Amino acid sequence: MSITETNALPIGTWTVDPVHSSVGFGVEYMAGTFTGTFNEFDVAVADGVLKGSAKVASVQVKDPNLEAHLQTPDFFDAERHPELTFRSNSIERNGDELKIDGEITIKGHTEPVQITGVTSETIVDPYGSTRYGLKLETTIDRDKFGVSWNASLPNGEPAMSNQVTITAELQLSKEA
Amino acid sequence: MRVLGISGSLRRDSYNTALLRHVGELLEAEGADFEIYDGLRDIPPFDEDEEAFVADAVSDLRQAIQDADAVFFTTPEYNSSIPGVLKNALDWVSRPFATNAMRNKPVAVIGASAGMFGAVWAQADLRKVLSTMGARVVEGEVAIGHAGDRFDQGHLSEPNLLEEVREVAQLLMAETRPKVMERLAA
Repeated sequence: MSITETNALPIGTWTVDPVHSSVGFGVEYMAGTFTGTFNEFDVAVADGVLKGSAKVASVQVKDPNLEAHLQTPDFFDAERHPELTFRSNSIERNGDELKIDGEITIKGHTEPVQITGVTSETIVDPYGSTRYGLKLETTIDRDKFGVSWNASLPNGEPAMSNQVTITAELQLSKEA
Repeated sequence: MRVLGISGSLRRDSYNTALLRHVGELLEAEGADFEIYDGLRDIPPFDEDEEAFVADAVSDLRQAIQDADAVFFTTPEYNSSIPGVLKNALDWVSRPFATNAMRNKPVAVIGASAGMFGAVWAQADLRKVLSTMGARVVEGEVAIGHAGDRFDQGHLSEPNLLEEVREVAQLLMAETRPKVMERLAA
């Protein structure tokens, strides 16, 4: 059963609990998946609209040189585009499954994107607040956002895929 | 706007240094201040063991890049790539990587060679190196092949090539303006 947009997520205004949430990415690189996370991000759901942003400067990977490289115009260009942003246009819910259509902006380029995921039921946490969880995932073509760095493998194939998976595991608390 | 010019050639009658002088004239005509860096010969071989006590020549180059709003490179091509002296100097400049002077610096690359292809591979390699260092590399390219026929006593004799150089200079200035405004506002 599909529920209309306004009821897809719990009503009211909900803000992210950053300690118990994570936002990251994964991309096929050489022989496996390379992953990174954004340490600083903000997500809110209000009036049935989900909005999120992540600070490029907060990106974390396992190599400090690569972290520094990710800030440059070769990748995210943090100087001119310090944030990645997302805004939903519609949210459909079927059982606990979600389908979210929206727009993501990376490096100043905005593209439509479809996110799939699941939502939990609301619970009351030990501190008396109401919260629920979202697990969201989408795949984007980084080339469309001008994040086009690559290197060649010895066989001539590109070392890094253009397809990047963005994931978010979020816990949202109801604002009083 | 302050633009630093770096030629990858040490040769006294270098086509690339001559080309860089043209770049300077074009930039100055557009209102920029232009200075050619002439210390490339003095940069010691890069050695991580020496990083705690860098030579004055290295500090001077880092400072010159730091002080410039943009950097304009001209490069010859040696064995299908960048001259070793230029790569060596950039290896020094790139350290420490996360805060190196080239980060977010608008840069342009053009080149001349005595051969027919106009240093296109050296230019591509130099763009790759500068991008990796974090520079903001503008897209314009000028490849002047058969440089011996195109320079007359240090002057580029073909107006259409000068026009191509002017276009790259203007691209670099457009890329640099926001940073200059930022610097002046600070």
